[in-house]
Amino acid sequence: MLVSYEWLKEYVEIGDLTPEEVAEKLTRGGVEVDVIIPRSEGLDHVVVGYVEECQQHPNADKLNICQVNTGEETAQIICGAPNVAAGQRVAVAKPGARLPGGIKIKKAKLRGERSEGMICSLQELGIEQKLVTKEFIDGIYVFPEEAKVGEDAVEQLGLRDTVLELDLTPNRADCLSMIGVAYEMAALLDREVRHPGNDFHESEEAASDVVSVHIDVPEDNPYYGAHVIKNVTIKPSPMWIQNRLTAAGIRPINNVVDITNYVLLEYGQPLHAFDLHRFGSNQIVVRRAENGEKITTLDDEVRTLTEDHMVITNGTEPTALAGVMGGAFSEVQNDTTTILLEAAYFTPSRVRKASKDLGLRSESSIRFEKGIDSGRVEEAAERAVSLLEKYADGVVLKGKVHEDYRPKEHRTITTTSERLNQILGTDLKADEMLSIFRRLRLEAKTETEDRLVVNIPSRRPDLEIEEDLSEEVARLYGYDRIPVTLPEGITTPGSLTPVQKKRRKVRRYLEASGLHEAITYSLTSKKKTQQFLLNDVSGTVEVSLPMSEERSTMRTSLIPHLLDAVQYNQNRQMNDTAVFELGSVFIGEEGELTRQPEEKTMLGAAISGTWEVQLWQGEKTETDFYVVKGIIEGLFEELQFSHALSFTPSKKGELHPGRSADILFNDRNIGFIGQVHPRTAKEWGLKETYVFQLDLDLLLTEETNTLSYEPLPRYPSIARDIALVVNKDIPAAEVKEVIENAGGTLLKNVTLFDLYEGEKLEAGKKSLAFSLVYLDPERTLTDEEVTKTHENVLVDLKEKLDVELRR
Amino acid sequence: MIDRLQELREEALQELEKASSVKDIDEVRVKYLGKKGPITEVLRGMGKLSAEERPKVGQLANEVREDIQAKVEEKTEEMEAAALEAQLASERIDVTLPGREVKRGARHPLTAVIEEIEDIFIGLGFQVTEGPEVETDYYNFEALNLPPDHPARDMQDSFYVTDDMLLRTQTSPVQARTMEKHNGVGPVKIICPGKVYRRDDDDATHSHQFMQIEGLYVDKGVRMSDLKGILNTFVKNYFGAERNIRLRPSFFPFTEPSVEVDVSCGICAGEGCRVCKQSGWIEVLGAGMVHPRVLEMSGFDAKEYSGFAFGMGVERFALLKYGIDDIRHFYTNDIRFLDQFKRV
Repeated sequence: MLVSYEWLKEYVEIGDLTPEEVAEKLTRGGVEVDVIIPRSEGLDHVVVGYVEECQQHPNADKLNICQVNTGEETAQIICGAPNVAAGQRVAVAKPGARLPGGIKIKKAKLRGERSEGMICSLQELGIEQKLVTKEFIDGIYVFPEEAKVGEDAVEQLGLRDTVLELDLTPNRADCLSMIGVAYEMAALLDREVRHPGNDFHESEEAASDVVSVHIDVPEDNPYYGAHVIKNVTIKPSPMWIQNRLTAAGIRPINNVVDITNYVLLEYGQPLHAFDLHRFGSNQIVVRRAENGEKITTLDDEVRTLTEDHMVITNGTEPTALAGVMGGAFSEVQNDTTTILLEAAYFTPSRVRKASKDLGLRSESSIRFEKGIDSGRVEEAAERAVSLLEKYADGVVLKGKVHEDYRPKEHRTITTTSERLNQILGTDLKADEMLSIFRRLRLEAKTETEDRLVVNIPSRRPDLEIEEDLSEEVARLYGYDRIPVTLPEGITTPGSLTPVQKKRRKVRRYLEASGLHEAITYSLTSKKKTQQFLLNDVSGTVEVSLPMSEERSTMRTSLIPHLLDAVQYNQNRQMNDTAVFELGSVFIGEEGELTRQPEEKTMLGAAISGTWEVQLWQGEKTETDFYVVKGIIEGLFEELQFSHALSFTPSKKGELHPGRSADILFNDRNIGFIGQVHPRTAKEWGLKETYVFQLDLDLLLTEETNTLSYEPLPRYPSIARDIALVVNKDIPAAEVKEVIENAGGTLLKNVTLFDLYEGEKLEAGKKSLAFSLVYLDPERTLTDEEVTKTHENVLVDLKEKLDVELRR
Repeated sequence: MIDRLQELREEALQELEKASSVKDIDEVRVKYLGKKGPITEVLRGMGKLSAEERPKVGQLANEVREDIQAKVEEKTEEMEAAALEAQLASERIDVTLPGREVKRGARHPLTAVIEEIEDIFIGLGFQVTEGPEVETDYYNFEALNLPPDHPARDMQDSFYVTDDMLLRTQTSPVQARTMEKHNGVGPVKIICPGKVYRRDDDDATHSHQFMQIEGLYVDKGVRMSDLKGILNTFVKNYFGAERNIRLRPSFFPFTEPSVEVDVSCGICAGEGCRVCKQSGWIEVLGAGMVHPRVLEMSGFDAKEYSGFAFGMGVERFALLKYGIDDIRHFYTNDIRFLDQFKRV
């Protein structure tokens, strides 16, 4: 909604406030002014001039030499507009004027002839092209006869004005009209609202002699009224109407259309003028459209309707799409003489349906959709009739035809000042509240004690419950004046849940380990939901109307987008990337989704390039499987789950078959780790990259024992190192397990400290060296005891895995 | 004998003076003070002396020993000090060379903002609650009093996955779910951080996926002034003690009254600058008193209970806090961007 400051002055006294002050008041009161638009900043020295003579320029076909009387003098001005002619009243920019486009007017010579100014088009005076009447769109503007020569043209065009652009919340549709804004302003300033006059004369002939109205669908159209005005002359509307329409962003067309638009802006009541002779009958019937029924609207588009839409008909065919747009054939034209003026109340939902289905929005539909003032329909109609009588020379037929199904009772809200104070935390007296309601023009009275009964006028359909009244009180009283308190109820300790705490712990650990946290999009491509899965997924979650294939399906793994991130960085010479993400994956069902999908919290990571580098020391570690595995082992230690963690070779297609493992937690598969398969890496355009993903829900919901202290050993331990020759394909973990089992309770710790594969060994063998630590917490171990246990270990290794001591 | 002792002392001291290593000194010590050394020998001949002479010679012999011993110690110390000096000199390093780099990652700025805000509200007695990202139409809209024809409920504005399910457009459904679980018994004090989705084209100021934190406080007798108090405390904690808040009337279907909350501009302190578009204020939050219909739908008696709710965009807070100019940076995961938040 664009609100002209000068126009608003007509309804409420605001002359003592600048437009900026008005905007600030409105904004703080809840009607936000988004932009303040001065219509003519610094535009001066533009006057109404009279073209006394107009002759063709001797040296230029398209130029004319005009002698223009500017009130004080007659100046020679060269003009290139095709429509310039002697006898016109035009806007003359005199030397010294600076036009909105930045043009500075100076005396000059054009093709040898002197020119002392410029005759202007409306565009040159800063009016948007789309608001310029068709007549003047390709040339200069011509004032009507009554314009006085020598007067300020900027003033005449209504450009000495400021427009406030409102950003209205959906509940404040009442401010989609000048009078609505005036009520708001009057309430804020505690001033009066002036309604415009709407007197007119009626002829002997009655409207009902000429036309009838019937509403077929009162639930969609509770009120329909029509006036008939005869003998109208179609011509331009007076300048003040045109100026105000332009200020509000509506292009002037002719007096009849302009007047309906003017009243729409003034009262927020959409009106429609039919040419009665073109209407096609003398009966108005409002009904639902039939499926497939067609109408050609004013914009010359053919619209196909359904029974969800409502139409105004002449008894047979639709003449207008109710509340949205008129039909083409009954449109007011230059030869129109008799007007049927519609003023109706259509329900928001019915108009919204048509507007949405047909993708057609108009000043009318916007207002009906949000709900107009059902109680102001007749007053607005009469205002339009009075203007039509005055500015279209119309003869108004007596009375109107109408059907009325509007509810008659007035709405009231009953509350107490105590309740309103309780909501707000204020301590206002009932009298103060009454005074606020009076300013808002809401009739209110106190009944017994502090009971407040407030009548709700039809212009404020947004006021429904006590809380709505509390908001009215708050915004007029001023939010700044509401005290600052803290809740007085039960105090409760705030905290994170154990899982939330552990999640933070996971993040801190990974950050400290050198990984950067990434956040990627949840929506991905269908293809990427089939890769790097922890388990087979029963189904995916797809968006009904995706914006692109790349964002069509909810992710099932964190890895694909992390690889995208690695690739993004590699493409920018950032080869050393280590990122992790903590987020949900989404598992659907086979076929259609019947319930909410399963959302699992995953931890994913992708690491590539150099892991650690000490430049001048010449040390460098490239990321490999064991770097990544170490991070996972550290994480499990952090979460006190080291004992439950194991790895087993993985068979995932996207991972390197020899450098990948499933991660087991208490022998349950909860993740994977590995090098991205070179084939997959190539598809992604990636250098050697390692990934892992863990099901965090499983990990973080597992109970952790409270950490308790283990007494320090009081007796010395004995260490024995052994080097073993093992078949190459036997995993080290298996060897270690045999050692641990055979070592029994005395064996406290087993550490692998060397791996050798090479020439010094038989083919197919490798050497593993372990350090074994024996300890009895109760006494000092003897060498014999240790030797005995140690022997058992070697025997078991030989028997179970065919492992020999290395010589 | 006395002469011999004096002589020995002279000799020993001279030899010690000449000694150039700890080894030399030790040799001299053994030579003169050892069991087979000359002083011991001299003392062995004391038996031949008279009773008067014996104590004198004995005393002198001890003095000579002590003198030599003292000189040995003095000389050893000197030598050791010199040796240490030499060692230290040879061990000198260039302390201006860079230290071993400790590998460190970084927290994502959005996580940093969320955790900071969580911690402030935990301090005010709130719990952190979470909920599903694929949400039912009921919890996302209906339970929050959004009418069926609200624009957000359009296929064009939200990502629907079925007629009845969509990617949540706000984290408020968690509030409705949490209130239901409370079975009409307060207090409920929660904040709900999480991802939300809207059908927007990604550009510098829009993202189809972003993060929100919504808060809810329901109890008996909660007032608008309490909302002001809690938000004032939060803003001063998060943005700084010198910052103030301002409430402007607004509209949300799930609150009544509804307000927009502005915080005074930190750049110009309210004077007006480019950051606050000359207004002196920056819009940071939407808030209001929970609509009685929302309370009732979630099982609370609106006559007995009241509450307030608020919501904020995490990206907006991060943009304001770190001066980031493009929302897409949060989701591109450029290491050069992420690395800057090591210091958070």
